[in-house]
Amino acid sequence: MKNYKFVGGIHPPANKLSAKLPIEKAPLPKKVILPLAQHIGAPNEAIVAKGEEVIIGQVIGQNKKAFVSALVHASISGKVIDVAPYPHPLGLKIPAIVIEASDEQPDAGYKQEKTNILSEDPAHVQGLIYAAGLVGLGGATFPTHVKLSPPENKPIDTLIINGAECEPYLTADHRIMLEYPNQLIKGIQALMHILGIKQAIIGIEYNKPDAIEVLSHAVKNTSGIQVAGLKVKYPQGSEKHLIKALLNREVPLPPGLPMDVGVVVQNIGTIYAVYEALYWGKPLIERVVTVTGSGIKTPKNLLVRIGTPIADIIEYCGGLTDDAAKIILGGPMMGMAQYTTEVPVIKGTSGILVQTESEVPASAYHDCIRCGKCVSICPMCLLPNLLGIYAEKQMFAEAEAAGVLNCLECGCCVYVCPANRPMIQMIKHAKASIMAKRRKAKAA
Amino acid sequence: MSQTTETKQLFVSTSPHIRGQDSIRGIMYSVLFALLPAALMGVYFFGLYSLVIIAVSLATAVICEALMQRAMGRPITILDGSALITGLLLAMNLPPNAPWWLVVVGSAVSIIIAKQIFGGLGGNPFNPALVRRVVLLISWPVQMTAWIKPTPLFTNAVDAISTATPLGMVKLNGAAKVMGQISLLDSIIGYRGGCLGETSVIALLLGGLYLLYKKHITWHIPRSYIATTAVLSGVFYLANPVSYASPLFHLVNGGLMLGAFFMATDYVSCPITQKGQIIFGIGCGILTVVIRLFGAYPEGVSFAILLMNAASPIIDRYIKPVAFGAKGAGK
Repeated sequence: MKNYKFVGGIHPPANKLSAKLPIEKAPLPKKVILPLAQHIGAPNEAIVAKGEEVIIGQVIGQNKKAFVSALVHASISGKVIDVAPYPHPLGLKIPAIVIEASDEQPDAGYKQEKTNILSEDPAHVQGLIYAAGLVGLGGATFPTHVKLSPPENKPIDTLIINGAECEPYLTADHRIMLEYPNQLIKGIQALMHILGIKQAIIGIEYNKPDAIEVLSHAVKNTSGIQVAGLKVKYPQGSEKHLIKALLNREVPLPPGLPMDVGVVVQNIGTIYAVYEALYWGKPLIERVVTVTGSGIKTPKNLLVRIGTPIADIIEYCGGLTDDAAKIILGGPMMGMAQYTTEVPVIKGTSGILVQTESEVPASAYHDCIRCGKCVSICPMCLLPNLLGIYAEKQMFAEAEAAGVLNCLECGCCVYVCPANRPMIQMIKHAKASIMAKRRKAKAA
Repeated sequence: MSQTTETKQLFVSTSPHIRGQDSIRGIMYSVLFALLPAALMGVYFFGLYSLVIIAVSLATAVICEALMQRAMGRPITILDGSALITGLLLAMNLPPNAPWWLVVVGSAVSIIIAKQIFGGLGGNPFNPALVRRVVLLISWPVQMTAWIKPTPLFTNAVDAISTATPLGMVKLNGAAKVMGQISLLDSIIGYRGGCLGETSVIALLLGGLYLLYKKHITWHIPRSYIATTAVLSGVFYLANPVSYASPLFHLVNGGLMLGAFFMATDYVSCPITQKGQIIFGIGCGILTVVIRLFGAYPEGVSFAILLMNAASPIIDRYIKPVAFGAKGAGK
């Protein structure tokens, strides 16, 4: 399939250390920490109390009023030992439910694969997705059922499955594509059924030829599903850029969404979770996490229970090397650095990347020398140099006028900057200040 | 929980957590490296005194930069290579027999007035090397236009013989009389009168291509600048070949190659968008040809680039990239 061009982007070294390692099941954690907010949208309330016994798959966090929210389920059976704020991968402490595992650990879901999903009422199937607590597993964690409910004036014609995995190091989606192609097809068909559409495209970067081959074979006897190779370029997996590359449609500026151009995008991991939820009745209680980087002794692709403290996972992967210095949840371009290994794996955790001291970039930076490299590679066609300077000088109105809120925070600008300017940090600061001001204005 | 993870102090910073290869220092030293062939050709053609000019210029630039940064309480960054580039470019823009004091004054002017007073690297609105050249040209016109004939090293050099630059000859006598006497091949190699480092077109092209290959500059400015110069001078040549020299003559003489690859492309003083850079290059080309053909000076590259430097902020103001998704419905 033809690729359309999008402006900008970079080619960081891929460093896919774990691409050849099959997905391995991590041992059951003794304790899980399940934050009540693991998605974009309204946070949940705990519906279990300290001391209560819960069983695997039981809903423990819910927001009854908000549509844009996602249920949280117990990922192990056991006893709730605490409901209190705990360190969250996004920083700060956020209310969480802590469960201590009991000796009895039954499996979640059905004993047997269901067969009749495609003949059921689409609205009912969509309800099952809400009930499973599904969110986008690529990292953005937008509730899946919301994406599947476009308003009537925004007809959808295409489902795009994001198999780009353009972040360096990460291989979780790559492994799922290789190991579960037929399950993915079933998940895709179910989503096409819910959306009532006839076209789905699986986009995979050309640096994963084995995945392209496996999935091309898997779609052979289906109708309406195609596999498309994608140019290797970061951020190819950005929703907007994926749509542009495959369909030559441009998602309008925020608050524009893919549905404005008739598209729903779901990531590979999400599709697999959809399959498990619909065909096995299994809520989102585990996910594949890439544990990687030169700071970890044995990189792995691990199937991990949501809520497992990353310390447990690091230990299972042989521990940290002596020179390990930075732990990042997600990929190196957009992931979040952690200050403690007590944080749990949450629904959006695609990877645990450990960098060594020598890999941690220097923090000193210079004034902008106006080389223009960031301008020429910005995939949103912004002026990152200027946005950074505005933020640095607290000129937030100017930053907003220059489009700071359109920034994806993909990090290309910082990657190429010879002056080592932390534009993303500055831009995040500007965005936060603008949003705080808006909230204040709204409240007044 | 393992001991290591519990006791370890972890680095925390905002994404991204990896960086590309480019650094200011790396780029600056690449530019210096790219200038070397042309500078060495200058030394070869104009004698060992050229080396004195280069050394004095580099030393003055670095010392002035350090003194100014110290005086202003800024970090001293003389090792980042930018003062060295300014110093080398200055030397390459001087007549090969310029007196040493002129070199010192020029170097000081460019670092102190054109660069550090505006805030140092990143703040200068004009290319420091060109500011210096123009200041000297206006203040000491005699010394700044005293050209000598090249006397290659290792030949039996007599005292320097004064000459005019090819562009100067055309200005004085008209193209028809001069064109026959000047070998284009000599101009391409660098065997002609002119500034120390501007004469060897082939060496400058080599350096320019190296910078393009390393992606430290893009083709936008050099190509639009050189193409505009060729087209516009070609129009005049076709209209009146008696007075006006051929486009090829304009390309290989004067400071066009040095200017187009090494000075117009100065990051700080040119527009930041690629579209803006093309406009900038076209502007440089038009001004260069107009000054060369109709101005009081035979050469117009320095003035053209400086004038366009002044226009850069306004180009940046009006030429902005269109944000992804701003074009409307998109479907």
